[in-house]
Amino acid sequence: MNATLRLSLRNLLRYKRRTLLTALLITIGVVAMLLFVAAAGSFKGVMVGQITDSMLGHLQIHRRGYTASVDNLPLNLSMQARALDKAGEVLKAEPAVAAYSLRIKFGAMFSNYAETTSIRLNGIDPAAEDAAAPGLRSRILDGNKTGPLVAPGQIMIPELIAKGMKVKVGDTVVLIATNQDGSVNGKNFTIRGILEPVAGPGGRDGYLDLADARDLLRMEKEQAMEIAVRLKDLGQVEAVKTRLEAALAGLTNKEGKPALEIHTWDQLTPFASIVRMLDMMTLFIRIMLVAIVLVSVMNVMLMAVYERIREIGTLAAIGTPPNRILALFLGEGLLLGLAGAALGVAISLAAVAVLNLHPISFPFSRQIVTLMPVLPLKEIVLVTGMVVGMAVLASLQPAWRASRMDPIVALRHV
Amino acid sequence: MSLVVAEGLKKSYWAGEVDVPAIRGVDFAIEAGAFVAFVGPSGSGKTTLLNLVGCLDHLSAGRLTVLGVEVAGLSRKAAAAFRGENLGFVFQDFNLVPVLSAYENIEYPLLMVRAWPAEKRRERVNKLLAAVGMADQGHKRPDQLSGGQKQRVAVARALVSEPKLVLADEPTANLDHDTAYRILGLMKSMRDEFGTTFVFSTHDPKIMAEAEVTFLLEDGRLIEQRPS
Repeated sequence: MNATLRLSLRNLLRYKRRTLLTALLITIGVVAMLLFVAAAGSFKGVMVGQITDSMLGHLQIHRRGYTASVDNLPLNLSMQARALDKAGEVLKAEPAVAAYSLRIKFGAMFSNYAETTSIRLNGIDPAAEDAAAPGLRSRILDGNKTGPLVAPGQIMIPELIAKGMKVKVGDTVVLIATNQDGSVNGKNFTIRGILEPVAGPGGRDGYLDLADARDLLRMEKEQAMEIAVRLKDLGQVEAVKTRLEAALAGLTNKEGKPALEIHTWDQLTPFASIVRMLDMMTLFIRIMLVAIVLVSVMNVMLMAVYERIREIGTLAAIGTPPNRILALFLGEGLLLGLAGAALGVAISLAAVAVLNLHPISFPFSRQIVTLMPVLPLKEIVLVTGMVVGMAVLASLQPAWRASRMDPIVALRHV
Repeated sequence: MSLVVAEGLKKSYWAGEVDVPAIRGVDFAIEAGAFVAFVGPSGSGKTTLLNLVGCLDHLSAGRLTVLGVEVAGLSRKAAAAFRGENLGFVFQDFNLVPVLSAYENIEYPLLMVRAWPAEKRRERVNKLLAAVGMADQGHKRPDQLSGGQKQRVAVARALVSEPKLVLADEPTANLDHDTAYRILGLMKSMRDEFGTTFVFSTHDPKIMAEAEVTFLLEDGRLIEQRPS
């Protein structure tokens, strides 16, 4: 095997410029692929981190049917004490859960005494919310970024409402909400902060204390519409969801179906479609890389076979077994792929290191996204394997042709 | 027992829709240790006969036994194995592998065809390099060697795996006369040293005189054998 590969290497080096150009073409493809994956991964990581940290959490638990009508913020689809107790018990027992926060979500009228508009609100336990959505604090554009997120009697409102209603931090406003029975209640609040909006559901919501929300909605019993769950590792989200669903399966509604639904972050935000688009683009670039490797290696190997027909005839004449001749040419493809992939991986790793030393920032929506690309080992192994596999595959036809060559015909070739 | 026996050997090629006979019923026998030449003008069938004996081509009719093996029925793979095991080849254009040194070219059949262990290979290749007078040229690539040196390497390569029969197709055609005689002398001395049977083809009357047995071919027929 070593002798075959050694001879393959010598043959590759026979046409140094051609080999170098082909290997470089593969290298460029590998670098493009790996850098795109690293940059897209970083972008995805930043965006997903912002969305989940500042608003969604990694998982959310609702009463069955709530998410389907979330636009209406229905009060009658809240989770009651029994469900909340069970969910709390299950979440506390799950080691992958870092924190969770109960939310009372409702719609209200927002008045500055001169004008009125509608607002979507979340009643939260400030400490629990801080733990489950640690990035919420970073969205405070105006107002104190330290201390509790909200205290009783305080409200944080989205920037759009602040601007539209011409209110600022410290102003007093009135919230008027209709409770589940249809009666209306109103309460004064002091604006504690102005929040930067983020894309997706809940991205333009206001926040107030859980007790204030209950008071405003005249909720006598413990209720919540949403439980936002933060995990220790986002990568575990599907596995944790499955475990939580299994653990909560015993809690059923009147129809005998599970009373609670669990959704992962990507099921709740339109940004997931951007993530899917990035994944599609990655797939597209992978296909392009495969095409580059296939075409370039096949071209080189076809040329190699054509130029060495007499040599192949000689090797066959002196008794080289056909499978050895096949291996010789497959070896050339393998080495070409390996060289191109190795160089590509090395350049990509160096480029990623440079990008981490000198990070690139760019505006995305109203946020500044800083790329800190990472090349996962899995991706390096996948791309290298793909390139080397394709290079060998591309050599197969020319190698097969060489191994099947009639020595007498090959020796006569001019 | 003869090393090669041909009975009623025929070979024809299809040229479009025409069947062109190259060998038209040839009988001959070659004894072990002989130094044999197939001679005749271009197109007389010398190379075709060598190719048939070398299991590189398939006969159209007749019977051909090489080293006791009926070669007509050998598959591509079996023919390759038979060649690797029993035959050596010397080509008119030397046909050395350009990316290998003289040493590596000679070593090739032992490494890639016969899979000899390294120490045994080294011993054998050095012996052959010395035998063909190339002991100090082993490191050179073919493009650094003269025509005569290349053919010496080719002769060494043909002999390295201790074949019983070496087939040389016009081995001196691309060499000047002095070098050609030296190569024939070398082949003869190799025959004497290793007991290998040499069969070569030539159309050069001066070269053919060096052969101990000569088969004269004309238009695919064997018209004379010397000594008869």
